[in-house]
Amino acid sequence: MAAQRLIDAAKAAGITAIMGFALIGLELIDQPGGETLASRWQTLAAAVAIVFLGCLALSAIPAIRVRPLHRASPIFASAGRALPWTLVAFALLLPALPIANRGVIDAATEILIYVMLGWGLNIVTGLAGLLDLGYVAFFAIGAYTYAILATQIGLSFWACVPIAAAMASAAGLLIGFPVLRLRGDYFAIVTLGFGQIVRIVINNWRSLTNGSQGIAGVPRPSFFGLADFTASPTSGHRTFHELFGIAYSPMQRVIFLYYVALALALAVNLFTLRIRRLPIGHAWEALREDEIACQALGIDRRRVKLAAFAIGAAWGGVAGALFPAKQQGFVSPESFGFMESAMITAIVVLGGMGSQLGIVLAALILVGLPELFREFEQYRMLAFGLSMILIMRFRPRGLVSTRRPSVVLE
Amino acid sequence: MSAPLLAIRDLTMRFGGLLAIDCVSFDVAPGAVTALIGPNGAGKTTLFNCLTGFYRPTAGNLILDTGGARRELAGLTGHRIARLGIARTFQNIRLFPRMTVLENLMVAQHTALMRASVFSIAGLLSLASYRRAEKEAIDRARYWLDRVGLLSRANAEAGSLAYGQQRRLEIVRALCTEPRLLCLDEPAAGLNATESGELARFLRGLTTELGIAVLLIEHDMSVVMGVSDRIVVLDYGRKIAEGTPAEIRADKAVIAAYLGEPAAAVA
Amino acid sequence: MAYFLQQLINGLTLGAIYGLIAIGYTMVYGVIGMINFAHGELYMIGAFVGLIGILALGSIGIVAVPVVLLLALLLATVTAGLYGWAVERLVYRPLRSAPRLAPLISAIGLSITLQQYVQLTQGGRVKTLAPMISGEITLMRDASGFAVSLSLLQIVVFVLTILLMTALTLVIRGTDLGRAQRAAASDPVMAALCGIDVDRTISTTFIIGAALAAVAGVMVVLYYGVIDFFIGFLAGLKAFTAAVLGGIGSIPGALLGGLFLGLVESLWAGYADAAYKDVGAYAILMLVLIIRPSGILGRPEIEKV
Repeated sequence: MAAQRLIDAAKAAGITAIMGFALIGLELIDQPGGETLASRWQTLAAAVAIVFLGCLALSAIPAIRVRPLHRASPIFASAGRALPWTLVAFALLLPALPIANRGVIDAATEILIYVMLGWGLNIVTGLAGLLDLGYVAFFAIGAYTYAILATQIGLSFWACVPIAAAMASAAGLLIGFPVLRLRGDYFAIVTLGFGQIVRIVINNWRSLTNGSQGIAGVPRPSFFGLADFTASPTSGHRTFHELFGIAYSPMQRVIFLYYVALALALAVNLFTLRIRRLPIGHAWEALREDEIACQALGIDRRRVKLAAFAIGAAWGGVAGALFPAKQQGFVSPESFGFMESAMITAIVVLGGMGSQLGIVLAALILVGLPELFREFEQYRMLAFGLSMILIMRFRPRGLVSTRRPSVVLE
Repeated sequence: MSAPLLAIRDLTMRFGGLLAIDCVSFDVAPGAVTALIGPNGAGKTTLFNCLTGFYRPTAGNLILDTGGARRELAGLTGHRIARLGIARTFQNIRLFPRMTVLENLMVAQHTALMRASVFSIAGLLSLASYRRAEKEAIDRARYWLDRVGLLSRANAEAGSLAYGQQRRLEIVRALCTEPRLLCLDEPAAGLNATESGELARFLRGLTTELGIAVLLIEHDMSVVMGVSDRIVVLDYGRKIAEGTPAEIRADKAVIAAYLGEPAAAVA
Repeated sequence: MAYFLQQLINGLTLGAIYGLIAIGYTMVYGVIGMINFAHGELYMIGAFVGLIGILALGSIGIVAVPVVLLLALLLATVTAGLYGWAVERLVYRPLRSAPRLAPLISAIGLSITLQQYVQLTQGGRVKTLAPMISGEITLMRDASGFAVSLSLLQIVVFVLTILLMTALTLVIRGTDLGRAQRAAASDPVMAALCGIDVDRTISTTFIIGAALAAVAGVMVVLYYGVIDFFIGFLAGLKAFTAAVLGGIGSIPGALLGGLFLGLVESLWAGYADAAYKDVGAYAILMLVLIIRPSGILGRPEIEKV
């Protein structure tokens, strides 16, 4: 018994040695003329030893039972009703809390934007079950719509939000129409391609988007059109602190942006909660469960999918309009790459498909934690990738796997 | 005999080299139970799939009398056919397992509810007109659940139901679409004698009380013989017999198809 | 005319490389019905290991080109093959019965993990290699003096591709592997009952696919002389396009798709805006999936109800 375990561990260690020989045991050193090699045999030996000991340890522990997929975790089931309200209260009060400095509020705003994106993608992926890997494209379209309209024509943020939503939605219809009849895997890859195309176009259409240099000086949202958040008034505008008779502070703008993000996020949430109860929402979830049965019940799959895609895209556009303001008035194609798309998808899938709460938790973990552990910045993406693998392995239905029914019979 | 609800004429379905349905013709009468029987592989489910728009027939006509007009079904997409009043169940039950029993029935009433919600706007604003339609839908669901004894399980996840209950749910879900013709694919499969008896009674009730026509694929002969007004027999894609249960029971071709040629087999 | 021919030759070379990667996609899809999203990273790993191998051999005094090439290929294919094996064993096998989305998400996570792994172990900067195989044959020269040439390196790529394709076809036809793959694809349970070691078949498929991708990686190191940890993403997407174009599940289709894609990309870069050449690949992918999802050599799938 023990001998077998030793042999298995040795085999694993041996394989690790060969696998790691080139990539771990040797290291490419960048020199002006080319590359040279340095050896790192200690590191390789350490890796092999870890694998060997790890295998022995794992085989000594009795097999890990994977919890049945349909049973919910007791923690989340009981927290159920209290948790969402607690989070909302916390979010509303955050700027008043003692820990709230500029960095914290900024991070919170970023998390809110990701939550908004997650909730928007949730309509497409969580409810309707369409794995859209290119959702970030709608985010980009929203951001650039606002940036271009604001810098070129001088439209205000509040006027641009619906326009950004409309543009993103139009893109969703355009790309959705030919693509929505594709099977799951193919659909995912094609949407991924679309996301990349949008980024490449933004990068290269210099006359419109200023290419890879991005657009700077995008104005921040004003106080509902009444006042700006500047220290001294710009032509013809009042300033916020004058309007309210208080001293100027740069924090005012930051906090206002935070609350705008919070308000928009709550809007998506309310929208989703309401639409789940409507026939279109039911159709989306039914589509996710069994498309064939939907067809037999008279549901036009194409149209229903298109609606999910377009509506989800619209919310992505809204989140996008918010983005340049959060980024000190700057937007560039770099922010809309594959990693961002993967991140948003991960938030939705890891959170638990269709679960609003799960998405918030996932966003807090995936976006919030790295903010806390800034020293480990370089390991952030690695941890991200590994966590995706691990969660799919042990909790494929995500963190919050219960589904609350949208209509109940008394 | 009154005009048929559904007239199937020379229906042919070919998959590459395989001729699954060969020039099949028969009528489905309104308000009656028509059974489609035959050995496995005879083409029964394929016929269903042609009828309900999952396959596009290679040739032939499927003409539905929709009360106002006569519509050709061949070539229409599945959801359009469903909206014309043809509902179906599946051989391997296809419920929405993570949605509740009630929600399953609400999905079935999608078309009517969508119309009432006016691009979801009336729904989002919770206008009275939409709330009324929603209440009607819930009442309809309640009626059917009560009729098959599933009312107590209305808020349970559909996937958690017992097999027999799932079969019943699938049938009432199809009924919630208010069909003219209900197509059932082996509804008695896996049911015990008591449940089969209840099913037979239920089906007779549908036709006599509500005037819904039923087209039934079934292997359970007690159900077939007890419930059908008319039986159509397929074998290797061809219709080999058609008639009342008594006629079919005595039909030599049918016996041969199910049991093999009597004299030759023994010798 | 000469310019066109040159682009043609370049395109076919690029296409052969795409084809080698595409075969891995198509084989895995053919046997487990799943797209290995992380396959592109196996190509990237092959490239890195090849580069490291070449430098390592150089540092111990082995510089003869054929020897270095052979040994580097050996090292790259064995290493990448092991990574392919590990990936299947550790990430995909446990998820065989999981809901459809789970393997796809895992694959994305895996792709990111492998990219980061290489970035952390080898650095995020671009890695270069001085050209090792030089020399070319001038095929023709046109009126303006533009020479159409076929480089030695390009010949190596073509020869290697043909050899590998032949070997692969022989292995699949001659051994039981091909039959086992088709059986496992149709009905794994039944195949197992018939005595086919489904797990071994799947593992072998992954290893072969990874090995071919590694060869492509080494070729890229030699041909372009520039690699970084992110090349797998783009190449993976393009190779997937090629596999779909040729008919997913068909090995000759994958090669054909690759060649076609290489040609289109090369001609686009030569005659149109090079910045948008990647858009061309994506556009082709979308068009193929929309118009003829079964690809050139594939068979149309009928939805079973």
